[in-house]
Amino acid sequence: MSQTNSIRDTFFEECQDLLEALDEGLNRIDAGERDADVVNAVFRAVHSIKGGAGAFGLTDLVGFAHTYETVFDEIRSDKLALDAPLIKVLFRGADHLVELVEAARDEDDFDASAHGAILGDLKNYLGGADEEEEVVFEPMALEFGVQDAGSVLEPQSAKRQYSIEFKAHEGLYKNGHDPLFLFRTLTDFGSVTAVIDPSELPDLTAMDASAPYLKWVLSVETEQTEAELLDVFDFVKGLCDLSCSEIDATVDSASLVGEAPAAPSADVTEQDNPIEEDRVPSAAGAPAAPAGKTADPGQSGGDKRPKPPAPSLRVDPDRVDRLINTVGELIINQSMMAQRVSQLDQEHRRDIEGDLEDYKLLARDIQEGVMAIRAQPVKPLFRRMARIAREAAHATDKLVRFDTSGENTEVDKTVIEGLVDPLTHMIRNAVDHGIESPEQRRASGKEDTGVIHISAAHRSGSVYIEIRDDGAGLNRPKIFDIAVSKGLIPSGADLSESEIDNLLFLPGFSTATEVSNLSGRGVGMDVVKNAVMSLGGRTSIASKTGAGTTFSIVLPLTLAVMDGMVITVTDETMVVPIASIIETIRATPEDIHSLDADGRLLSIRGNFVPIVDVAQRLNFNTPEQDREKVFLLVETASFGQTALAVDAIHDQRQVVVKSLEAAYGRVPGISAATILGDGKIAMILDPESIVQMAPSAHTHNLQREYLHACE
Amino acid sequence: MPVNESLTNERDMELVAFSVAGLKHCLEIRKILEIRRWSAVTALPHAPTDVLGVMNLRGAVIPIYDLAARFGLGKTEPNERNVVIVCAVGGKSIGLLVEAVSEILTIKNEEIQPTPDVQSAATKDCIFGVISIEEEMARVINLDFVVTVSASEAA
Repeated sequence: MSQTNSIRDTFFEECQDLLEALDEGLNRIDAGERDADVVNAVFRAVHSIKGGAGAFGLTDLVGFAHTYETVFDEIRSDKLALDAPLIKVLFRGADHLVELVEAARDEDDFDASAHGAILGDLKNYLGGADEEEEVVFEPMALEFGVQDAGSVLEPQSAKRQYSIEFKAHEGLYKNGHDPLFLFRTLTDFGSVTAVIDPSELPDLTAMDASAPYLKWVLSVETEQTEAELLDVFDFVKGLCDLSCSEIDATVDSASLVGEAPAAPSADVTEQDNPIEEDRVPSAAGAPAAPAGKTADPGQSGGDKRPKPPAPSLRVDPDRVDRLINTVGELIINQSMMAQRVSQLDQEHRRDIEGDLEDYKLLARDIQEGVMAIRAQPVKPLFRRMARIAREAAHATDKLVRFDTSGENTEVDKTVIEGLVDPLTHMIRNAVDHGIESPEQRRASGKEDTGVIHISAAHRSGSVYIEIRDDGAGLNRPKIFDIAVSKGLIPSGADLSESEIDNLLFLPGFSTATEVSNLSGRGVGMDVVKNAVMSLGGRTSIASKTGAGTTFSIVLPLTLAVMDGMVITVTDETMVVPIASIIETIRATPEDIHSLDADGRLLSIRGNFVPIVDVAQRLNFNTPEQDREKVFLLVETASFGQTALAVDAIHDQRQVVVKSLEAAYGRVPGISAATILGDGKIAMILDPESIVQMAPSAHTHNLQREYLHACE
Repeated sequence: MPVNESLTNERDMELVAFSVAGLKHCLEIRKILEIRRWSAVTALPHAPTDVLGVMNLRGAVIPIYDLAARFGLGKTEPNERNVVIVCAVGGKSIGLLVEAVSEILTIKNEEIQPTPDVQSAATKDCIFGVISIEEEMARVINLDFVVTVSASEAA
């Protein structure tokens, strides 16, 4: 089957939706909702995954989903009480299910020991029933779900058997219809068995290849009415012979399918039936919906159905990137024109300025619209973080509740991808270091369960992401001591609370005295800070002893446009990313202190910061004169604060980032290029690499001197 | 005719002739995207002497090479009369600063004579061969050479 791959892809896409439904259901259960709808929704989601997985022979996934589903079956039939420990196991099971699905999709291995452990936990709830035999998967068993789901709320007798006789006219095919699609639509209503009646088929020699001879007898078991079934054939009215009759179930199975069992599993026929076969791929997602609809029309059926996927467009990302690029040109072109016009004399200018203003607004609108194409909600990212929080809580034996808000906030795709690692690290940190053990929490008068709240919001052109825990807060004396013992600060340093908090971001700082297998794997918060900075964002901490810690990340909405400070270095106009600049300093000669032949320090409110001469680092031939009057205090991950000496600082503006690497090659000290309003290209400085360009021994000396100077 | 392998197989070919450091050079017209008047470029830090910098060509960032410096003929002092030949090579656009463009020549493929045996390997690499135009010699530039060497230098 050439289609297998795309069908497989469809299955995994549907799995995403189903896993989302599962997660949502579990969260609702966790929040105290125990009604049948929610439980059924979860059951159906898992069941559909199992069904699809079976079709692709994913035995591990099927086995696990089956056990999981069986537990839910017990819950549904009130044999199991939904208590906190069970919910916890269910959450972990769901997380594991995600892993199994991902492993199956990527044809990867999964953690077998975790698999065994979670499977064991689930089976404990089943009282060791002879489970294993049932795991053998029957491809069509997914129909169970549909019928079972219905049977919970309504007696089985609500189902009726119809027999539909269908014979297509020639015109039906000529008009482009296909009986297969019609039959497939019928399968949404219930189980369908189709039998071809070839009695009218003439002898091969007498056969007209374009004429229809076949007749179908369909037996449909559904809760739908006859009229609803016939609606399916609405489009082919007059193009076929159609008759429909309700029949008695027993008569039906005897006369039409022959040996089919009368049980609800009637559709588990071994007959190689084309319709049934075609059903399988779509089965994973589809059956849940009609089941929800038919189960109980009286209730608010809306939310128990998995949401129909919002209509969306699949576009090759390259095309979007090209469009974004072109729009970038448009913006540059617009600012070039604005600059030209402003140079015209008053008389000519007046006419054109109004139009130009409109042009500017339109260009901005287009830009925003195009950027929005790449934007995605942070929801999947947050869901992933929820999983990480649960894993971390399990590993540390802590009780943690994970809350989210603003999960529909949209952020550029690239930014979301870049956030995975830093957020993972921060969440693990929050669980490992932030939240206390249940005993400690009780002792300090808090609830046993700690809360980690992650939120996202748009504020003035930036994205704010906050990770808040209600743990013990930062242990500042400990942080201080560690920083001293690691030689990061002198022992007598007088630091404010926020300065101590920010020590966490220093390279080589890790509060975990022992390397736990959770956080503290030799990577510290400096890595987080670095990752966020490479996305053009910045991080900050706020902490209150006993009440918790909040980490904030501020990010640009997109990476294609950046806020930059326009500066001059010798005669070149350059741009420095605003995100890396802490402050700009206009220093007097007295503030500059020579350290050795070429090392100089800048004193800022009593602190000494090494000076890096940008012109010199970039190898611009500069006459040595007293140029260095303006400094940009930048934060770098590798060398901490550094003062970049430049000639002048002009203004702050949004620039469109252009790759220099693609056009020419890597240039040390430069991250990219941009085009300014006058049409000239300006280099975008990379403070990190500018600072690193120095021979490291030299800078190390500087740092040591800096520390001495602090003492 | 092994020398002409990278050139077009058609018998007739068009070349754009221009002067670099007072010497006549030419380049196959197919490779040329456009010819622009020289305008100031943005210098690239740490660039080799023959890379003048980058220029904005309708929103694209393209590097500009000084052909004279590239061929070891000394630096061109850019002025208003100079032109930049924008050409496509290896999927990228680059600009070549030359003194002035003179004419378009139509020649037969076989009119290109192999580079006479000279000592410098670099000289042999940077041209396909020479042609004679009215008693004057013109060198046919191998564009790939201009870029490849610079790439290794920049790395």
